[in-house]
Amino acid sequence: MNEITELLSEMSDIAQNPDMRLAACLAEGRKAVGVFPYYVPEEIAYAAGFVPFGIWGMQGSVREAGRYFPAFYCTVARMGLELALSGKIDKLSAVIMPSVCDTLRPFSQNFKSARPDIPMVFLAHPQNRKEDFGIAYTVCEYRRVKAELEGIAGVKITDESLADAICVYNENRAARREFVRLAGLYPSTVSALRRAEVLKSAYFMDKSEHTRLLLRINAALCALPHDPQPGVKVVTSGIIADNANLLDIFDRYGITVAADDVAHESRSFRVDTPIKSGDPLTALARQFSEQSDDPLLYEPDLDRRGRRLVDLVLNCGARGVIFIMMQFCDPEELDYPNIKKTLDRASVPSVMIGYDQQMRDFGQAGTSLEAFSDMLRTRLQ
Amino acid sequence: MSENKQARTVLREIVDSVYRRAWEAKERGEPVGWSSSKFPAEIAETLGLAVCYPENQAAAIAAKHGGQRMCEYAESMGFSNDICAYARISLAYADGAPCEEKPVPQPDFLLCCNNICNCMTKWYENIARMRGIPLIMVDIPFNNTVDVPDERVAYVRAQFEAAITKLETISGKKWDNKRFDEVCANANRSAAAWLKACAYCAVKPSPLSGFDLFNHMANIVTARCKPETAAAFEQLAAEYEQSVKSGESTWHYDENYRIMFEGIPCWPVLGSLFKPLKDSGANTTAVVYAPAFGFVYNGIDEMARAYCKAPNSVCIEAGVAWREDLCRENGVDGILVHYNRSCKPWSGYMFEMERRWRERLGVPVVGFDGDQADPRNFSEAQYQTRVEGLVELMAAANAANSAQ
Ligand code: SF4
Ligand code: SF4
Repeated sequence: MNEITELLSEMSDIAQNPDMRLAACLAEGRKAVGVFPYYVPEEIAYAAGFVPFGIWGMQGSVREAGRYFPAFYCTVARMGLELALSGKIDKLSAVIMPSVCDTLRPFSQNFKSARPDIPMVFLAHPQNRKEDFGIAYTVCEYRRVKAELEGIAGVKITDESLADAICVYNENRAARREFVRLAGLYPSTVSALRRAEVLKSAYFMDKSEHTRLLLRINAALCALPHDPQPGVKVVTSGIIADNANLLDIFDRYGITVAADDVAHESRSFRVDTPIKSGDPLTALARQFSEQSDDPLLYEPDLDRRGRRLVDLVLNCGARGVIFIMMQFCDPEELDYPNIKKTLDRASVPSVMIGYDQQMRDFGQAGTSLEAFSDMLRTRLQ
Repeated sequence: MSENKQARTVLREIVDSVYRRAWEAKERGEPVGWSSSKFPAEIAETLGLAVCYPENQAAAIAAKHGGQRMCEYAESMGFSNDICAYARISLAYADGAPCEEKPVPQPDFLLCCNNICNCMTKWYENIARMRGIPLIMVDIPFNNTVDVPDERVAYVRAQFEAAITKLETISGKKWDNKRFDEVCANANRSAAAWLKACAYCAVKPSPLSGFDLFNHMANIVTARCKPETAAAFEQLAAEYEQSVKSGESTWHYDENYRIMFEGIPCWPVLGSLFKPLKDSGANTTAVVYAPAFGFVYNGIDEMARAYCKAPNSVCIEAGVAWREDLCRENGVDGILVHYNRSCKPWSGYMFEMERRWRERLGVPVVGFDGDQADPRNFSEAQYQTRVEGLVELMAAANAANSAQ
């Protein structure tokens, strides 16, 4: 038990102190790049010798970023820009900036206007990503990203180093998936908050190091006897679910996250890169082509996401879904009514909690989640 | 087309005929499409398919004061009031919300192009699901550089080809390259004539109220591939030419100031938008729609490249340059920016654009909060104050200039 507690608290520390992690990483002589959401092929940066640091906004108040964004934009973007304007990412060698939603489009332009001194590697993923022409286009985009990162790092990224990076990332994804499964089985050991912190810490570490720690946690969890207090299992869904006050409520009412459909969590490590397919950039493009079940991505199979969410709920033994709806996130908002309807049809209860990173008062969320967990327990009996 | 009809009447009739033809097609049992405004209209036109334009329909509904009711209907379906009001209105309509303001036939297929926004993608997916109809998606990613890279053109072009194949199946018609060339020639002619008409804003005093251009937008969106549209825009340009000679204008007030109106107007409150402008003699002589829709190309690759340059798909450097050129050419004294609650890709970098305009053009810039179709997001009092502020700044700048 002690080993797990120690490891969990080590990762919690990392998740809570990205600034210190960055400083430590630079002190070791490594270089870091910032990675904005979503679906950045970090492997390319890793192969260039960078430690990729995820930038998903931060909790706090929007101040300087208000000079760039009106108030009706999500905090993932506004607080991301706040980080850039408050000097917290000055030491990054570059950032990689995707553009897959209507907020990220202007965000990319605001970023390069606000911080022209930090190189911005822009990335425009295709939505028609599955067809051959979509894969070919992704390869071109990734090749440009690779060339820009090579220029910034002053190194040549070889196919071998890229293939090695892909292996490191595939191993880490597998370890994170296994951790998510185990965390759902042992909520008395891995609280909702600890679970989120372990997953979040991956954004501030060399992935091989993260895997090393995670494999130890996973092994220790596997050795535990059944959790006598498994809680009431749910699936979470949304963009980000790392707020300590919010997750404390989960723990307070015995709500266990058995699986998630959260962009910051499982959506980012669901799909591995098929390493055997020759050219590593093509392999990465194929990985992106396999991404689905995400409101940010065009989905020709119109019922797929709802269906898959129901499957996820059933397969992990969850009793309901908690939507953590990022305020002003129109992709999530546009997908929500249909997903909700699909869950209703499958008799899967759900609740929606509005969230943004400036939120301090979780009173209303607490009331909703208490009622929701009571309702799920009643249904169980 | 009657000789003595004014161009604006002809233009309105053309848009009406687009929708009338869609109703007729529906009655004949032919498939009718709904298309986003910057989907390559040339494709459906070549195949002779009837198409309606939800953004244009939503604007018409909003202008006739049905926007709030339709938005509230969509909200009752579970759609957040944060979502673009055009999307909400359209989703409500597709769900069968009663709507006298601008009925259009329900769609049998959808043509979605996300060059203007990604909101389109999920909006159209929802409609495809609700109505059980095919969706043709042309994805045009955002450009971070002024030039469009060749790889992107190849990607877009490949999607055009895929779209054509799917539409051949839907329509049961065969693609005809000769017809396509004709359609493109029409579209180019319309675009050139549109640009020519818009360019009359540069004349001082202007022979037109710039708000007229917002009304003619419907043509460039819904009927740019039709020869009658090209002819009507040519007529419009000729009328402006005549007005210049005779000293007339569709702006019936003083032209003390010339402004650029940035963004889509708030359709439900056009009267309120107009009032303080006419009271202070501030004519709109620049709107970004002119360069945004007036693109001329040669061949399918150039067409693909042209569709990559939509208002919300170009980088800030290109966006600023478009507007700066317009402001310079059209002799603008100030800029009024609509922070449009509906349009995230548009409003999201306007603060930075404002700074660049102030610095490079040396003109005052003032913004107001509004919405193109949901009147709940507009405050007349705030708007009035902001326009007054802009007018004061322009007056001070003019006074300083004449003192020099
Ligand atoms: S997907 Fe949503 S949360 Fe993420 S950047 Fe876009 S609007 Fe913001
Ligand atoms: S107003 Fe903006 S968000 Fe709405 S449809 Fe038009 S481009 Fe898209």
